[in-house]
Amino acid sequence: MAKPQTITQKILAAHCGKDYVESGELILAQVDIALGNDITAPLAIRDFHKAKAKQVFDKERVVLVNDHFAPNKDIASAHHCQILRNFAKEQNLTHFYDGGEMGVEHALLPEKGIVGPGDLIVGADSHTCTYGALGAFASGVGSTDLAAAMITGECWLKVPESMRFVYTGKLPPWVTGKDLILMTIGDIGVDGANYRAMEFTGEAIRGLDMDGRLSMANMAVEAGAKNGIIAPDEVTLEYVKGRTLRPYKVYASDPDAVYLQEKTYDVNGMEPQVAFPSLPSNVRPLSQIRHVHIDQAVIGSCTNGRLEDLRLAARVLKGRKVFKGVRLIVIPATPLIYRQAMDEGLFTIFMDAGAVISPPTCGPCLGGHMGILAAGEVAIATTNRNFTGRMGHPQSQVYLANPAVAAAAAVAGRICGPEDL
Amino acid sequence: MELKGRVHQFGDDINTDEIIPARYLNTSDPDELAKHAMEDADPDFMKKLKPGDFVVAGKNFGCGSSREHAPVALKAAGVAAVIAASFARIFYRNAFNMGLLILESPDAAGALKSGAEISVDLDRGEITDLGTGKKFSSQPIPPFMQELLADGGLMAHISKNLEAKRA
Repeated sequence: MAKPQTITQKILAAHCGKDYVESGELILAQVDIALGNDITAPLAIRDFHKAKAKQVFDKERVVLVNDHFAPNKDIASAHHCQILRNFAKEQNLTHFYDGGEMGVEHALLPEKGIVGPGDLIVGADSHTCTYGALGAFASGVGSTDLAAAMITGECWLKVPESMRFVYTGKLPPWVTGKDLILMTIGDIGVDGANYRAMEFTGEAIRGLDMDGRLSMANMAVEAGAKNGIIAPDEVTLEYVKGRTLRPYKVYASDPDAVYLQEKTYDVNGMEPQVAFPSLPSNVRPLSQIRHVHIDQAVIGSCTNGRLEDLRLAARVLKGRKVFKGVRLIVIPATPLIYRQAMDEGLFTIFMDAGAVISPPTCGPCLGGHMGILAAGEVAIATTNRNFTGRMGHPQSQVYLANPAVAAAAAVAGRICGPEDL
Repeated sequence: MELKGRVHQFGDDINTDEIIPARYLNTSDPDELAKHAMEDADPDFMKKLKPGDFVVAGKNFGCGSSREHAPVALKAAGVAAVIAASFARIFYRNAFNMGLLILESPDAAGALKSGAEISVDLDRGEITDLGTGKKFSSQPIPPFMQELLADGGLMAHISKNLEAKRA
């Protein structure tokens, strides 16, 4: 009889020509997609040339996105974006995204069907783990690993042990996938899943739409995880239908698969969660927060810049005004999301409320541009990290929350929930 | 191989935004990046650092972004090695790929303070506090990884092997 495996083991086994892989085993895996952006790819491209490589392993499978400091924030960033543009042209890459086609990479790739269930994806960006929401193995690597993958189509990986997180019950209003992952990171800490796979399951996960699942898998790295993963179900299959560009394969964990640890959370009666400065694990439920004044609210990023996120924020902002002196910045993550939000009338709601609508970019999430904080300023953001100096000056502060809470805080001028307005 | 230098001590969860803030990521030039190494954890770090010194930190060093600029900045700054109680996954991989020496030693991380003079015996993975004579063990680095570090990182190591094959 075949030995039981987790979904992560099965995908890794399938990508190194085996039926079974053991946790801790080193494998040389075939990569379905190798991804880089305008910060990490210039180093990889430099290594590619240094190694005297001539061609990428597959022009359909090396994906480059100019999203972090684009639209070009300064001359140096313009140079980096140009390196990607030239390389994409020279290698005739199918998937290079720039200018009006560019979106935040981890929102763009699932939307375009470039990644799908059962894939193995490595990306020179830590939030590559986002694609685990589709039932893929996806992990962040450095630029050197990206260079190697671009040349060979392979990547050395150690098969991680898995931790299983079960969410029972039904999420209350205004509580989202973002809150589930913040609560979990708050529970296990920023290294609680270091080197491991985080597998999310349970009734509350099945009740999440794809946007909510992508938010969850996105932040697996904030607990140190190698990958986050959700087994495909009807929601996944509905999402990928007519979207994925390549055939996909659905994997599921065996009932008797071995987990290092299993945690169960009852989400009934759960509140929205907020991560205080300066760690994503510094999490408190909303009701415990008093008098935190804010200067800026940011709704966007690879964590929460998707259409459902913008809809949620619009429900809070409709008919309301942003608090005097607070800057609200809304960043639709891709051109398609931008257009849908516009066509649905969300932009009117945002603009009536007094928000600024930014073009798609990672921008302020990593302190790049389009909303940098001065010394002493405080922001609430739907992004993924709140480390010292993450959004600007080292003496600025970032609180992480879901889009409804960020919108409510923008209206109140202090951190609160939609029901407190 | 033995290394000697002074300790610069940091706490837990030192993340890549502190090691090299994203505001400097519009360059990938190692010397430019080095000017801002550890800036958001200690703005005076580069004034205090002497080439060959050690960064000593608590658990989960290098968590956060996958930016390889982090080990690049530390290496170019002249940091001989990072000694930590534990390392975040992507940083660990990047450090070896870039040829930055890292040592996992919870005991040394818990005991060594800024200013202490230490020596590191790479073959044995032994760290000695030269002031007190106290010794700490660390996970020894396998010979293959030592070779990779000596060659200056993964790509340099691969190129060297390719050259050797051609010769």
